[in-house]
Amino acid sequence: MSTTSPIMPAAKPLIPLPAGTTMRGLLWQAALAAAVIFLGWSIYNNMLTNMAARGLQFGYGFLNRSAGFPIGEGLLNYTPSDTYARALTQGFLNTLRVAVVGIVLATILGVLLGLARLSANPLLRSLTGGYIEIIRNTPLVLQLVFWHSIILQLPSVRQALNPLPGFFLSQRGVKMPALLAEPALYSCLLALLTAAILWVGLARRERARQIETGERKSTLIPGFALLIGLPVLAGFVFGAPTVEFPELTGFNFEGGLSLSPEFFALLIGLVVYTSAFIAEIVRSGIQSVHKGQWEAARALGLAPGRIMRLVILPQALRVIIPPMTSQFLNLTKNSSLAVVIGYPDLVSVANTSINQTGQAVEVISLFMAIYLAISLVTSLLMNMYNRAVALKER
Amino acid sequence: MKLTAFAAAAAAFMVFGPVEALAGRDLDQIRSRGTLRCGVQGPSNPGFGVPDSQGRWQGFNVEICRAVAITIFNDANRVEFVPVTSQSRFPALAAGEVDILSNNSTWTLTRDSNVNRFNFPAIVFYDGQSVMVPRRLNVTSARQLNGATVCVQPGTTTELNLNDFFRQHNLRFTPVVISDLDELRRAYDSGRCDVFTNDFAALAAQRTLLTRPADHVILPERISKEPLGPVIRQGDEELTNIVAWTVFALIEAEELGINMANVEQIAGSSTNPLVRRFLGVEGNMGESISAARADYARQIIRQFGNYGEIYNRHLGPQTPLGLDRGQNNIWTQGGLLYAPPAR
Repeated sequence: MSTTSPIMPAAKPLIPLPAGTTMRGLLWQAALAAAVIFLGWSIYNNMLTNMAARGLQFGYGFLNRSAGFPIGEGLLNYTPSDTYARALTQGFLNTLRVAVVGIVLATILGVLLGLARLSANPLLRSLTGGYIEIIRNTPLVLQLVFWHSIILQLPSVRQALNPLPGFFLSQRGVKMPALLAEPALYSCLLALLTAAILWVGLARRERARQIETGERKSTLIPGFALLIGLPVLAGFVFGAPTVEFPELTGFNFEGGLSLSPEFFALLIGLVVYTSAFIAEIVRSGIQSVHKGQWEAARALGLAPGRIMRLVILPQALRVIIPPMTSQFLNLTKNSSLAVVIGYPDLVSVANTSINQTGQAVEVISLFMAIYLAISLVTSLLMNMYNRAVALKER
Repeated sequence: MKLTAFAAAAAAFMVFGPVEALAGRDLDQIRSRGTLRCGVQGPSNPGFGVPDSQGRWQGFNVEICRAVAITIFNDANRVEFVPVTSQSRFPALAAGEVDILSNNSTWTLTRDSNVNRFNFPAIVFYDGQSVMVPRRLNVTSARQLNGATVCVQPGTTTELNLNDFFRQHNLRFTPVVISDLDELRRAYDSGRCDVFTNDFAALAAQRTLLTRPADHVILPERISKEPLGPVIRQGDEELTNIVAWTVFALIEAEELGINMANVEQIAGSSTNPLVRRFLGVEGNMGESISAARADYARQIIRQFGNYGEIYNRHLGPQTPLGLDRGQNNIWTQGGLLYAPPAR
């Protein structure tokens, strides 16, 4: 190729495209859309061809058939004679249960660790740093197996630890007293809810008064009085809810609420693992706030706790929330590692369903859709929250 | 590259329509690949399939696959062993990741049906589901297990039978399901479950791996029938014949008294027409089932011996599993093993 020619003649395009930029852009877009649609269609067709070649039928009819296999724990009252649809729902709820509790706990632990990482105390700072580095840099599966093995080292069910009356801790997990679902319980719960609403109203009125008069009165004491008083009152009027205590009969504890060791191992593993990442996000968020903000707040005479709460965190949150969303999504998806330790989550139930029915493509498409839906909903909620704390430009 | 493949597949689909399953298709694929892909229970199942210190698979199920490889290739080493779990085995077979499962899979109607489309050419082991409990629980019958926590592998007939058994006797139980057999055994060993259930032979195998095997007892009841055997996909008659007549050759050899030590001598001296046909001295029975050699049975027995020898080497009384022949004896010895005549 010659580089000496001073003026390059305008190359003639291979395909004569319309001159206008808009028109050309539209054409490319249409071509890309066509290519994507064709790709999707070929994948679908390829799947149908291969399934037909192996004599497999595509369809979701199996969902109404009886599943036949038991599931160890769950929120629904599932029995093996229920349908595959119900079995998968049980698995889905188990995933959701560990994900929701995990997200809440991981956030609390992560924020505390992130703050500790920035502490002025060198011991606290370096201990937290070590924790974060160790946890972040080892595989989650190993950590899960580690927690599961530790929990299995607890005493056997006959020698269960009994730290509080009605609470038993053993290899079979935690057994605790349960409140029986009956009208008395509902009336107490209703009273509790009323008390909470009243407290919020009270706090709002006090706040309005503070803005108006500058006087500030704590609502802590009347608030707690409401929270305790109203349910007790309801108990006197409608009868106290019955508490069912777990009892050791035969092989296991009967009655009461129980949380399995698999649930605990998974929950601890996910919370510990994710909290290390959240801690780093919180630390970086706080450090992203300019030093001048601290100094200005101090100059106003604010106490350190209030500087953090009123000045730094609101600004740091804008940096923290988007990567937090990713961590929440990661935690939810990582919960599928439950299969390793035998927690009956969506993937575990789905795997057994595939094995039983042979409908691999259908079941996998279902659980992909479910994970996608969970993730999209989480993102949506986090984006709404993000908009709420975003810098308001007036 | 992928795209072109998809496009080509799509184009082929449009032109030719769905491809009909042809007899011999799977066998052709195995032959052109040059190895038999055999799904065995992963990570290991003592006696039935375990990798030794050199990483070479050993065991009863492993030798069944090697025998099939002799029939197809006349080479016991042309097998690639793929560890599969109880949950992954059937999808792996259906998707063509493995050609054959030799992993204690139970022959059931559903699996053999038009829905799942698998094929069970022969039974190599007659088993029944049992339960193992720690001796200190003083349990003598499975009916005393009301309220127990049971360790069970997901995706197995065991899981379904267990449920049937407890329902039938109006008992309740809590399952702990872990697909990895090692992880499941650890859960039982540490006391997470009161009961470990599986096929009797598999339980005997797992018991050898417990911290204190003598502290655990396998209850005498069999709560199900578990005919175990190799599994292939439906639709290849030739492969079905090869697998079936490989297993039958092992059984027939024991019935005829032919073993690893005497097979060459019998082939050279026997005047019995049945034996001569069976060992490929006369006739072409091997070729008629698409085996690599007319004397495929003789090659198998020369390398691995007859059914009884394989059994005793891996599962019999001299092994850690210590299983009696019981039902897995040939029919003339009071067992259930019966091969159709090789003629």
